Amino acid sequence: MKSFTYERAASPAEAAAAAARIAGAKFIAGGTNLLDLMKLEIETPAHLIDVNGLALDKIEATADGGLRIGALVRNTDLAADQRVRRDYGLLARALLAGASGQLRNKATTAGNLLQRTRCPYFYDTNQPCNKRKPGSGCAALGGFSRAHAVVGVSDACIAVYPSDMAVALMALDATVETVCADGTTRRIPIAQLYRLPGETPHVENVLESGELISAVSLPKPVGGAHIYRKVRDRASYAFALVSVGAIVQRDGTGRVALGGVAPKPWRVAAAEAELPRGAKAVTAALLADAKPTRENAFKLPLVERTLGAVLRDARA
Amino acid sequence: MAKVSFVVNGEARTLDLDTRTTLLDALREHLHLTGTKKGCDHGQCGACTVMVDGRRINSCLTLAVMHEGDDITTIEGLGTPQKLHPMQAAFVKHDGYQCGYCTPGQICSAVAALDEIKAGIPSHVSADLTAPPQLTAIELRERMSGNICRCGAYSNILDAIAEVAGRTS
Ligand SMILES: Cc1cc2nc3c(=O)[nH]c(=O)nc-3n(C[C@H](O)[C@H](O)[C@H](O)COP(=O)(O)OP(=O)(O)OC[C@H]3O[C@@H](n4cnc5c(N)ncnc54)[C@H](O)[C@@H]3O)c2cc1C
Ligand code: SF4
Ligand code: FES
Ligand code: FES
Repeated sequence: MKSFTYERAASPAEAAAAAARIAGAKFIAGGTNLLDLMKLEIETPAHLIDVNGLALDKIEATADGGLRIGALVRNTDLAADQRVRRDYGLLARALLAGASGQLRNKATTAGNLLQRTRCPYFYDTNQPCNKRKPGSGCAALGGFSRAHAVVGVSDACIAVYPSDMAVALMALDATVETVCADGTTRRIPIAQLYRLPGETPHVENVLESGELISAVSLPKPVGGAHIYRKVRDRASYAFALVSVGAIVQRDGTGRVALGGVAPKPWRVAAAEAELPRGAKAVTAALLADAKPTRENAFKLPLVERTLGAVLRDARA
Repeated sequence: MAKVSFVVNGEARTLDLDTRTTLLDALREHLHLTGTKKGCDHGQCGACTVMVDGRRINSCLTLAVMHEGDDITTIEGLGTPQKLHPMQAAFVKHDGYQCGYCTPGQICSAVAALDEIKAGIPSHVSADLTAPPQLTAIELRERMSGNICRCGAYSNILDAIAEVAGRTS
């Protein structure tokens, strides 16, 4: 690990200002992704700003009947919150499908959103990787790509974005609240938070230098059946090959987002219009522009079957 | 270097550490509490599990300097050879190990996992999200999935935990 200086931030605005001012500074929350990457020198911050002391660990009701989740709320606490379990079951389910009990006790809302890909070539510093080292190439193209993305990919990168939680937040129309380096705040719909790789896979989201996530807010509950189904190589403690998060209403309408198939949580408005017609039609619209590799083409039928199971569960 | 003070197994400790020191390395290399094990050093095995303020975490994926004022319990703080914690005694009784390398992490994790069930925290296998979770074998298995045992002592580990939980699996 490269050496770094360390400070505890005193307020969100000071944290954001310091992160923009100090070269090579990064926020650290639970540390479960950042430290992992620092040990491998994939991340090499010169300065760490510990945001754990900022009082951003509350879950509060909002005036419009929704919920505001502090950036530092631990994944365990979010999944255990009675309001989340009752009104946003999809979110609780997605959180509980991720990582392990120990990791969820540390992982935070903001850190989970900004976790980086698990592409094995991104982790292996002996391999070319455009995300880790822009311009060096992509070892996954033509390499082992069974776990990689099938939609939203580019010739520069086919990595999957790994968060389960974010799939649920996408279907729930969450909004990410931030504090910028100049002290101003902004609200970013989660659908606009992540960037597709294009020519610049190292730029993963729209956050600016120093911008701190302070909270994630959810609109008021929409009812319906909340289902998160994750398909993986072992029954627990593994990342998704494919996951489907859905909210299905009695009349068959609803929302669907996918994990494990794209560089961001994947949701397509036109696909949701197909919901009353069933899994095949929805999948065709969700994966219309899919560009699978020989090794991960199995994800296309897997999405359709997983979605089929979800829709069956929703009717039950 | 940075100074950090925390309580480990009931004893106040102050250390001057390189900021890069993980909590795991602080415990093992600086406080010589070598019960906590380093398996993968990347959050993938659970051998380093300790409790911080009563919650289980992977001590390999957290910096020691981030634990100012915290209350840390390691396997050495749960019980002693003369006075075993009930979970330690159950692991001995049910032969919940072979090489023993994963065992301190398994035991710390198991103690905290039972507390999590008691606190009503749901899991991936809880059928009803709004109901309190049940003390079933499938719940225990899911909740212990963050602790890998290379020797495959899982069924005996489960028996030990189930006994402490007050039921036979
Ligand atoms: C073995 C293993 C298995 C896992 N399995 C899964 C899984 O199945 N599903 C899943 O979804 N996840 C999984 N994870 C990933 C885990 O969910 C993430 O590591 C965790 O959510 C990251 O949160 P954190 O608070 O620890 O983030 P950190 O590591 O502290 O930070 C991550 C990133 O977010 C930035 N950041 C943190 N807080 C803020 C803020 N407030 N504002 C702006 N930037 C911020 C940091 O600078 C850093 O870049 C797994 C991890 C491990 C190690
Ligand atoms: S898929 Fe993306 S992250 Fe993986 S090696 Fe290629 S450029 Fe790197
Ligand atoms: S050593 Fe920490 S999880 Fe493996
Ligand atoms: S007893 Fe050997 S790893 Fe578990």
